[in-house]
Amino acid sequence: YNLERRENPYVTGNSVIAMKYKDGVIMACDTGASYGSTLRYKSVERIKEVGKHSLIGGSGEFSDFQEILRYLDELTLNDHMWDDGNSLGPKEIHAYLTRVMYNRRNKFDPLWNSLVLGGVKKGPKGDEKYLGMVNMIGTHFEENHIATGFGNHMAIPILRGEWREDMTFEEAVKLIEKCLLVLLYRDRSSINKFQIAKITTEGSTIYPPYALKTNWGFAAFENPSKGAVGTW
Amino acid sequence: RQQKEENSTPEPYSCYGHAPLAHLASSPDRRRGESRGGRRPRMFRNQYDTDVTTWSPQGRLFQVEYAMEAVKQGSACVGLRSATHAVLAAANKSANELSSHQRKVFRVADHAGVALAGLTADGRVLSRFLRNECINHAFVYDAPLPVSRLALRLADKAQVCTQRSWKRPYGVGLLVAGLDESGAHLYYNCPSGNYFEYQAFAIGSRSQAAKTYLERRFEKFNAYTPDELIKDALSAIKETLQGEKLTSSNCTIAIVGRKEDGTVEPFSMIDSKRIQEIIDSMEAADEAPAADVPAESSSMQEDRGDAPAARDAPAADEPAAPDAPAPMDI
Repeated sequence: YNLERRENPYVTGNSVIAMKYKDGVIMACDTGASYGSTLRYKSVERIKEVGKHSLIGGSGEFSDFQEILRYLDELTLNDHMWDDGNSLGPKEIHAYLTRVMYNRRNKFDPLWNSLVLGGVKKGPKGDEKYLGMVNMIGTHFEENHIATGFGNHMAIPILRGEWREDMTFEEAVKLIEKCLLVLLYRDRSSINKFQIAKITTEGSTIYPPYALKTNWGFAAFENPSKGAVGTW
Repeated sequence: RQQKEENSTPEPYSCYGHAPLAHLASSPDRRRGESRGGRRPRMFRNQYDTDVTTWSPQGRLFQVEYAMEAVKQGSACVGLRSATHAVLAAANKSANELSSHQRKVFRVADHAGVALAGLTADGRVLSRFLRNECINHAFVYDAPLPVSRLALRLADKAQVCTQRSWKRPYGVGLLVAGLDESGAHLYYNCPSGNYFEYQAFAIGSRSQAAKTYLERRFEKFNAYTPDELIKDALSAIKETLQGEKLTSSNCTIAIVGRKEDGTVEPFSMIDSKRIQEIIDSMEAADEAPAADVPAESSSMQEDRGDAPAARDAPAADEPAAPDAPAPMDI
């Protein structure tokens, strides 16, 4: 393999945020994909179902995310064809993705993504919620709340302060929307069109896109050039 | 030949019709052979049994069937399972008093193990393969390989050897026992590449005695506690010893399962001290497992020898408390 080979991402999705709540895992992101600094695509679904028990959210190079979805499709299809009462849970899928990402990194041919893997699976001790992340260099971990990209800097501090065990769905949505709003205001590549998805033992739901209410009515925005004569 | 376990009747292993293959005597090939003056009744089977890749006119692969014979020559192994636990037991035979006995039970992963009968060298190699499969799966998926998929990989490997002219079938049958998220499982993989799931099974020499013992009881196994499974496994092995005394030195027992609190009890051999304790308690209680035997005590099997017949007859009188020392009737 070529030791000098490097990828550059072309079409990229930005932050994904996720957290565990009482009934399962909730995940959210916007539906935009940028081409450099151009906001090229505005209706991109970056959260998908995987098998019966998991959701995957991807930020970074969108074509690589699509490739990963294809790998997962093959994986879950083969698993399903066994029809033997066993199925791949979120932990197994996370472990598999970690192997894929890390191996690609070692070949200097990374899949340029940060992936969030969340799900619920019935285990011997009851329903087990799972939430983890793996990125393009193969770093992976499990946590109660995850964010990628700018979310690491803006959403994680909020989640660390306000996340609690056993939040209801409504509380979880409120907290996620708070994070999404901060990202909308502060992350240049975000757009005001979000999707929330949840997964419980009953199954997964990816809600249709919607917008958040923003407030730009601050006094300082009214006459922006007041303090700088001559500027535009 | 040295690789094989001790046979009760060592015989020249030739294709020209010897006693262990008597069950094939009724094949049409024999008739054909007889037309040649009947000197060697099964001579014509010889035509189709040189290669594993040669079919007989009746659609049989004789090399595969001979491989399954090798399994029947090995010393007995028994497997049984409940909904949550699976137990494997093996009768230990050593070639002579000076040597140690052959290892017949192998741990393949924390959640699975095998007991084998037949060419133990083949069994060792297959155990290594199974361990490798489990390790690879655990490395990628961070989860135990489901037992059905383990059994399938073993079966596919065995099948390859039935379809290559430069190979021979593995001469070992494996009882694969394990635990996964759908419960405890027991599979039997044979040299032909076939495999089935079982509630209980026995392989090896004199395994029919054990099978008969298990056939009478298997419907209750799903609800058995681990201790009950172990006891029945020991009793089944005892059947195959045919009169010889069951002690902790001539049997091996292993168990795997999910405990009541949900944690896994990993596959492990039970140490000989505990086995001896269980054997002693079984003998004290006359090892009659409560009231499910009375109706069947009349269906006493002909392959039982001597004392065992008397052992079961009084079962109808026994109270349903196998652990309570009961007065010996014999």
